[in-house]
Amino acid sequence: MSRHARWLIVLVALFAAMFVAIACGDDDDEDKTPSGGLSGKLEIFSWWTTGGEAAGLQKLYELYPNQCGGTVNIVNSTVAGGGGAQARQVLTTRMLGNDPPGSFQVHMGHELIDSWVTTNYMEPLDSLFKEQGWNDVFPKGVLDIVSYQGKPYAVPVNIHRANVLWYNKAVFTANGLQPPKTLDDFFKVADALKAKGITPLALGDVDSFASIQLMETVLLGKLGATAYNGLWTGATDWKAANVTDALNAFKKTLDYVNSDHSSLSWDQANDLVISGKAAMTIMGDWLEGDMKAKNFTNYGWLPSPGTEGVYDALSDTFGLPKNAPNKAAVLCWLKVVGSKAGQEAFNPLKGSICARTDCNPSLFDAYLQSAMTDWKANTIVPSLAHGAAVKPGWLTEISDAVTAFVANKDAATLQNRLAAACKTAGVCK
Amino acid sequence: MNSSGHRLARRLTSERAVAIALIVPSAVAVAVFVYGFIAWSAVVSVSEWDTVRPDYTYVGLDNFRDLFNNFRFQIDIRNTVVFTVLFVGACLGIGFALASLLDRHVRGEGLFRSIYLFPMAVSFIVTGVVWRWLLAPRAGVNILPEKVGAGSIDYGWYTDPTVLYVHADTRLGEALHSVGLGFLANPNYGVPLAITSVVIAATWQMSGFVMVMYLAGLRAIPDELRDAARVDGASEAQILRHISVPLLRPVTLSAMIILGHQSLKIFDLVISMTRRGPGFATDVPGLFMYETTFQGNHFSHGAAVSILMLLAVSVLVIPYLFWSLRREARL
Repeated sequence: MSRHARWLIVLVALFAAMFVAIACGDDDDEDKTPSGGLSGKLEIFSWWTTGGEAAGLQKLYELYPNQCGGTVNIVNSTVAGGGGAQARQVLTTRMLGNDPPGSFQVHMGHELIDSWVTTNYMEPLDSLFKEQGWNDVFPKGVLDIVSYQGKPYAVPVNIHRANVLWYNKAVFTANGLQPPKTLDDFFKVADALKAKGITPLALGDVDSFASIQLMETVLLGKLGATAYNGLWTGATDWKAANVTDALNAFKKTLDYVNSDHSSLSWDQANDLVISGKAAMTIMGDWLEGDMKAKNFTNYGWLPSPGTEGVYDALSDTFGLPKNAPNKAAVLCWLKVVGSKAGQEAFNPLKGSICARTDCNPSLFDAYLQSAMTDWKANTIVPSLAHGAAVKPGWLTEISDAVTAFVANKDAATLQNRLAAACKTAGVCK
Repeated sequence: MNSSGHRLARRLTSERAVAIALIVPSAVAVAVFVYGFIAWSAVVSVSEWDTVRPDYTYVGLDNFRDLFNNFRFQIDIRNTVVFTVLFVGACLGIGFALASLLDRHVRGEGLFRSIYLFPMAVSFIVTGVVWRWLLAPRAGVNILPEKVGAGSIDYGWYTDPTVLYVHADTRLGEALHSVGLGFLANPNYGVPLAITSVVIAATWQMSGFVMVMYLAGLRAIPDELRDAARVDGASEAQILRHISVPLLRPVTLSAMIILGHQSLKIFDLVISMTRRGPGFATDVPGLFMYETTFQGNHFSHGAAVSILMLLAVSVLVIPYLFWSLRREARL
């Protein structure tokens, strides 16, 4: 054999060895729980990468050693992208490959239950809830949404509100208008603004959730909490006349939005409000963080038209996957997330309120204080656009129908498609 | 057999052994990670897997039937056809025009060649982000005339939801109906205006590549042929029409295949530039596959879309491979 050939064979052997090393490596340093306390790695998976979200998450990490002791090394595993679409894709791949992170962020409601609980990927947390007394500090509405067959499966860390109307105070004062409380008022005000060349409602739906969320707030405003909830359980008929009315109101609302909405994100739409080119926008209360980050203070808020007394809620939760590495450390992470100290540290930074009802209001700003008052007094309903109301498969069909509708404004087709989607999802007969 | 021949034979076998040893790792990797996964996708595409938990119950072609009844997928097929025709046509046209201009041995040819080819070095993601800003209605080219005091353009580009199609109540629509083609009077057989923005970006990126292919093709045409035609009194246009274009046919075919398979499976440009677009005006099967699989957990539907995309590309590529292998064998 020539010298060349021998070298080549050595090379091939080296490559083969590398393959084996890659395939078999990466299996050490898990599940080390010596008697002296918690140690090893704890991987927390989320899509919190920027601004207050990342800062709040960091606070929780700082609390961890205080509450749990030990020498746990927290690995902050994030996938950027608003709303978590990219993160969910990575998470799905890992869960299917039996490589779950210690704990992961997931929206409360059907996104949690139908993706991970009914499919048997999660551990129930009933004993943890009992031990920590959480059944008394979380509202019953929230406990119901995170539970499946009577057992809770995730710890809610925060509550966001989806049905908020944000407005530029200066625009309203300059034009002698009052911010609208009902949909009828909204249309009147919007006509007046339009006549003056101001975009009444800013919308940025390059991420389709923004238009779905707008539809959900209009449905809520027109139908009320009970009939709105019925849409997701089959109790409200999608083909009923009141749904037709509500969808027509949604259609009319779209007459008042900026024409370039499909090229903007929700925060770019907020720029229109800040600059006074637009008067209002309907967006969840994470928008307040955007206002603050852009040093804009002259804003006001109301429940979105017709939804006073109703809290359209979404929440981020953390759970315990089956086969999670370093389970003891994960359980303590869940204790931190659900604790009063943890929620009081996280939420003022994130711009959301505590899921617990016993947080100290003085730690929060004026908007959040008003939201805390509403949270205790209002009827709580699950948000559609953010995975609380329906399972992911149903939501993508609704999203497709709404995307088509926003362009062609054909309300009858929208209603038929929404009714069909409910059937496909197995909820409507 | 004499001793030197024997040694040669031994050397050949040992070289062969090395060659095989070198090929085996990549062959195994390709077999598993390409063909194995294609086969697995095919299995998933005829299964019932509709939540996160895998479910391989066989359901036949149900998923494909669902897809063809899905309004979004119908729009995606339309968009793919429109995009492919416009993109391939524009790239061939512009690429050929640039090549014939450069073929005149202009000064600084190398510089121009690099300038035109350069966009190809950029990834589609970058192209998408740049053109998203350039064509945004309140920025970029729309406000360019404003900067020189010529008023602004008010065109929506990729935010324009208009779909050009034959309306059923027009004379043309009625004429179509009378010959039994009434189904064509439907937005699903139309041209969405927004997709032209994506075509512009893709053409910007790929036409330089077509130019280089054509330039090489033009340079390969012997000058004698053209000189002979000139002696016979042919005009430059006639030379182009009757000599260059026919002799460039293999280049055109190769370029069409390369561009065509790219446009059938395009994803990165669209997701970074326009995503679904207004009313799915710029939606493509790749995007639909990604969303239905990873946001909707409809794994079997996603697999079915990817199998259909594979079939579409195969229809284009496989005959081409046969054709080029036959040509190679002949040469």
